[in-house]
Amino acid sequence: MFELLGITPQALYGQLLIGLINGSFYAVLSLGLAVIFGLLNIINFAHGAQYMMGAFIAWLGLTQVGPWIGDPEFHLNYWAALVIAPLLVGAFGMIIERTMLARLYRLDHLYGLLLTFGIALIIEGLFRYAYGVSGQQYELPEVFQGAFDLGFMHLPKYRAWVICASLTVCFATWYVIERTKLGSYLRAGTENPRLTQAFGVNVPLMITLTYGFGVALAAFAGVLAAPIFTVSPLMGADLIIVVFAVVVIGGMGSILGSIITGLGLGLIQGLTKVFYPEASAVVIFVIMVIVLLVRPAGLFGREK
Amino acid sequence: MSKTAIGFAVLVIAGVIAPMLGIYPTFLMKCWCLALFACAFNLLLGYTGLLSFGHAAFFGAAGYITGHAIKMWGCSFEIGILAGTAFAAVLGWAFGVVAIRRAGIYFAMITLALAQMIYFVWLQMPFTGGEDGLQGVPRGTLFGVIDLSDNMNLYYVVFAIFLCGFFLIYRTINSPFGQVLKAIRENEPRAISLGYDVDKYKLVAFVLSAALSGLAGATKTVVFQLASLTDAHWHTSGEVVLMTLLGGLGTVFGPVVSAFVIVGLQNQLADKVGSWVQVIMGLIFVVCVLAFRRGIVGELLAFARKTGIVKA
Repeated sequence: MFELLGITPQALYGQLLIGLINGSFYAVLSLGLAVIFGLLNIINFAHGAQYMMGAFIAWLGLTQVGPWIGDPEFHLNYWAALVIAPLLVGAFGMIIERTMLARLYRLDHLYGLLLTFGIALIIEGLFRYAYGVSGQQYELPEVFQGAFDLGFMHLPKYRAWVICASLTVCFATWYVIERTKLGSYLRAGTENPRLTQAFGVNVPLMITLTYGFGVALAAFAGVLAAPIFTVSPLMGADLIIVVFAVVVIGGMGSILGSIITGLGLGLIQGLTKVFYPEASAVVIFVIMVIVLLVRPAGLFGREK
Repeated sequence: MSKTAIGFAVLVIAGVIAPMLGIYPTFLMKCWCLALFACAFNLLLGYTGLLSFGHAAFFGAAGYITGHAIKMWGCSFEIGILAGTAFAAVLGWAFGVVAIRRAGIYFAMITLALAQMIYFVWLQMPFTGGEDGLQGVPRGTLFGVIDLSDNMNLYYVVFAIFLCGFFLIYRTINSPFGQVLKAIRENEPRAISLGYDVDKYKLVAFVLSAALSGLAGATKTVVFQLASLTDAHWHTSGEVVLMTLLGGLGTVFGPVVSAFVIVGLQNQLADKVGSWVQVIMGLIFVVCVLAFRRGIVGELLAFARKTGIVKA
């Protein structure tokens, strides 16, 4: 059947794998956006920039930090970056939330979008100034070199790890929010912040931590992406627009919905690359239009 | 004389004498194009309360269509501009039908995504010249009489186009239709309960705003003889949001003032600080949102009211 269409199974599986990888990034990023939106009611336009920061921290840690501290032998390895980058970027996010976003909650939610857009421009501009627009290569850790032979295709080890790691993070987030006591506070805060505060929950603190967590997720995705894509100041900006479309398609009402939509759309994009490559850049946007015409609230959304 | 009439008079006089003061006409023409773009955007954000993050799509699309019509089909200046504007209006209608189904933040995200889709279309279409853009668009003549390759002639034509667009926006805002738009901005459920078909009003406002943005983009293409991807990029969408915000949401003259400020700033800074321009634009955004939400003209009006120069 594949031969009839002039497509080898290898090409198909290869593109599906890339689709799954992209889908995992869409899932982690749209999950972060959804968590932030749930409690803060703002769309974090800086999400792409924070994802880029995560990737840059990993790259800087591996190649630049040693010379900075005068010890060329020192490298912040991949695993350390996977922990430190989300912590740093999360802390950075919490500072932004406390000093700027917190002043806007009484205003129209659109101001939050505009503010984070400005922050994204600043971050992206600073990194462009420091590192130019050409990408940096992040060397794959030794553990991940090579591939698994699955019989019908070769699965590079690192790609397998990216899919596993992002799915684990997604489901852990889902579990914490939907199944634990902490998550119940969060859901209560999303539903009715005033009443939750009246019950003695420190809602402003929860908001800060939630923003920090959502941002940390973006940075985590950035570190995962560093060895696959080139690390460049522009890597987040175009991705975030696609993630916005993913969020519109899924609707932000459900955590599991974001994960499924993200992965599904990644796969669809991969398939489009095989069968009609010209449309692969726009397929997600086209799906968004169709979903909006048929079901404006999104696949998993509810009108708010 | 009302204060708006004084404003209009100042605007016209300033526009007429500016190139005589030795200011580079091409710079001024760029300012008027972007001022019209920002005013058209303000009609939507300032008066209807819809934040579109995809207005570069109309600005850029009209530029491509106008450029192609004039260069490849040999259309005259007027027909080329009209073709670009009409295309932007149709595109605006298509965007509007899809995006108006959601409100608020979703509306912003949807328009952004749609504009990105159009951006990729231009990137792949052969006639747009991809990254190089559509170059060498001839300026031609106006009505076959006035030679537009002369910068001063073109300047006054561009200024006249701006004034027409600006006056149309002003009339729209102060018409019964504009009052309904403001009612929708202030309280949408109430506008619905009064029997207005809110979605229809939003769509008409959106198409009008898209068409005028297209007019601005088409004119800019003729001025620079170039239609490029930059005009369709989301940075341009962000820039027009910034111009409207900095000038003052829902003020008639605000976007005009800030278009000059922003374009002037970019011109000055580009030589001196290069890639810092983006950082500075971002900083202006942050400062506007945090501390300066009324914008330049909004603050001036508020100050004038407080000191009693203008009656509240």
